Amino acid sequence: MADVHIRNVSKSFGEQVAVSGLDLHIADGEFVVLLGPTGAGKTTTLRLIAGLERPDAGTIHIGGHNATALSPAERDTAFVFQQYSLYPHLSVYDNLAFPLRSPARKMPEDQIRRRVEDVAKMVRIHHKLSNRSTKLSGGEMQRVAIGRALVRKPAIYLMDEPLSSLDAKLRGDLRLELKRIQAELGATMLYVTHDQIEAMTMADRIGILADGVLAQIGTPREIYSEPANLHVAARLGQPAINLLPVGLLPDGGAPAGTQTIGARTEHLSIDKAANGHADGIVDWVEHLGDQNHLHVTVGAKKLVTLTDPDTALEKGDKVTIRYRAPLYFGADGQRLM
Amino acid sequence: MSLTTAHSVVAPSANAKLIAGTIIVAYALISIVPLLWIFATSFKTPPDSIAYPPKVVFQLSIEGYCNLFTTRTRQTPEYINSLGPATGFCDETVRKRNMVIAGPSNFLPRFVNSLIIAFGSTFCAVFLGTLSAYGFSRFKVPLADDLLFFILSTRMMPPIAVAIPIYLMYRELGLSDTALGMILLYTAVNVSLAVWLLKGFIDEIPREYEEAAMIDGYTRLQAFWRTVLPQATTGIAATAIFCLIFAWNEYAFAALLTSGTAQTAPPFIPTIIGEGGQDWPAVAAGTTIFLVPILVFTILLRKQLLRGITFGAVRK
Ligand SMILES: Nc1ncnc2c1ncn2[C@@H]1O[C@H](COP(=O)(O)OP(=O)(O)OP(=O)(O)O)[C@@H](O)[C@H]1O
Ligand SMILES: [Mg+2]
Repeated sequence: MADVHIRNVSKSFGEQVAVSGLDLHIADGEFVVLLGPTGAGKTTTLRLIAGLERPDAGTIHIGGHNATALSPAERDTAFVFQQYSLYPHLSVYDNLAFPLRSPARKMPEDQIRRRVEDVAKMVRIHHKLSNRSTKLSGGEMQRVAIGRALVRKPAIYLMDEPLSSLDAKLRGDLRLELKRIQAELGATMLYVTHDQIEAMTMADRIGILADGVLAQIGTPREIYSEPANLHVAARLGQPAINLLPVGLLPDGGAPAGTQTIGARTEHLSIDKAANGHADGIVDWVEHLGDQNHLHVTVGAKKLVTLTDPDTALEKGDKVTIRYRAPLYFGADGQRLM
Repeated sequence: MSLTTAHSVVAPSANAKLIAGTIIVAYALISIVPLLWIFATSFKTPPDSIAYPPKVVFQLSIEGYCNLFTTRTRQTPEYINSLGPATGFCDETVRKRNMVIAGPSNFLPRFVNSLIIAFGSTFCAVFLGTLSAYGFSRFKVPLADDLLFFILSTRMMPPIAVAIPIYLMYRELGLSDTALGMILLYTAVNVSLAVWLLKGFIDEIPREYEEAAMIDGYTRLQAFWRTVLPQATTGIAATAIFCLIFAWNEYAFAALLTSGTAQTAPPFIPTIIGEGGQDWPAVAAGTTIFLVPILVFTILLRKQLLRGITFGAVRK
């Protein structure tokens, strides 16, 4: 394992800027998750590290060596692709053995067999080793794809939404398993997703990418509670953070220059209006089983928060709403405090 | 179940299937009649083959095949009687027509020429086609579209337009009537088709496969060999059949450029007619044997061929 240091890397495809001025240091053994909407440049970032794309500017160091001009084979990375993971003409065993059989590696077959079997157990695909890779379910394919990265001990694992094609249950299981394996191996990992739960639960640090720019990087807690700007704030939290213009509700402590107030569930106290005065009207209570989403209309704005499953509030109720230390954003979208 | 299929938008109705089936079977029958006629004629005696009205029921004979593979000389009955007993079935058949076998005919060497030239040029065209299709598919080739159009445009010109220049060129270069010359010519003609067909197939193979291999420590060529080629076998087989059929059947250039040692079967077969009257059974026998390699090759690769023709539509 090794650390990876990306300095000021940019990459454009014709007019389209995919990554712009990216600075990112992934420490040895660290699990970094890149989170961002579609087209943000997540895949491009991984491909730049793997050497599948050459940066237009900037340098990439892997394990202290300048890898910017090296070919993919010389960089010693392992990649799990977003799709098309397995070789359809090979069995599961041969798929897992493929990286070890590269002519550059010259690993003896018995050693390959041992390694493949170990990894097959790790990703729980041991019973299907002789199957054709096309005869697997989606979840099994994805496990093989992850296994194919794990058979090697590269400088860094690069994973591009490896769980995105799976159902929720399997995703949950594999998420935990992957985190466990990573911790066990002490592996350096750069993991791309646009699933915030994956990001929050697995990452040592989360990097938020937007339009090819790294908007913020920090621990999940930092990203969640101290977002650098409106975009980062909007990426995390379910339901999404409510962004309200200043003055819509009483906001005693708003610093000078505040334009937008960001309020998650924990930043709001909502109560049934007692007498006369009300800030909003309950629009809708959305029952999701273990929790409810409360939709409230405030003037021309709508608010969504979590409430208890047994909330007494109903559609049409008048409510009072107060901020509890919300997030304040200036006119440029940066957070003020 | 029956209700849902009857109303299904995608599954054809029973009536449609019946009509389509009838048309296909009728077309197949019409197409196969000439072939059956040739096949039957090859087993007729020469008199039966020109009988009028044509005989559908006839005396089976392999005289056509005997005549195809041999050259014969006409002799007096006294001379034939003076010979010993017939040495084989063909010998006996031929003697009945007051002839003796003088030696083997040119059919076998011409047939072998056809095999060498057709398979040789198919191999070259598919080999070169695969490499250039891969190049066009995966790399930023300057002026790729213009180059591809240029490659295709070589197929737009009627071959006869270049017949004379090629004839003169080949004479200068000493390529006239050589197998090498014919292989080069058919390769040049087929490679455009091969590039276009194979580019379509290779475009459909996600490049992530090679990229994964290259990350895993393979060079590009090794990655191509281990991941792209195995997945392109369908396309390669289909392309090979198309190239082979063209090279195997080609007549005009073969007639123009080959006459002796490198002559292929297509220009040779018609010359059989001239040898000793109109020997239709021998011609039919030559044609029948001529059809066999393509038939075998096509049957062996029919799955790939079918996928090749319909690709894009039914490939998963
Ligand atoms: N090979 C390419 N040619 C042209 N444009 C590209 C290429 N690869 C990526 N892009 C563009 O670069 C931008 C970033 O793409 P990228 O694939 O990195 O996004 P992503 O964050 O991985 O998105 P997703 O979540 O949809 O996978 C996009 O606008 C995309 O259209
Ligand atoms: Mg992507």
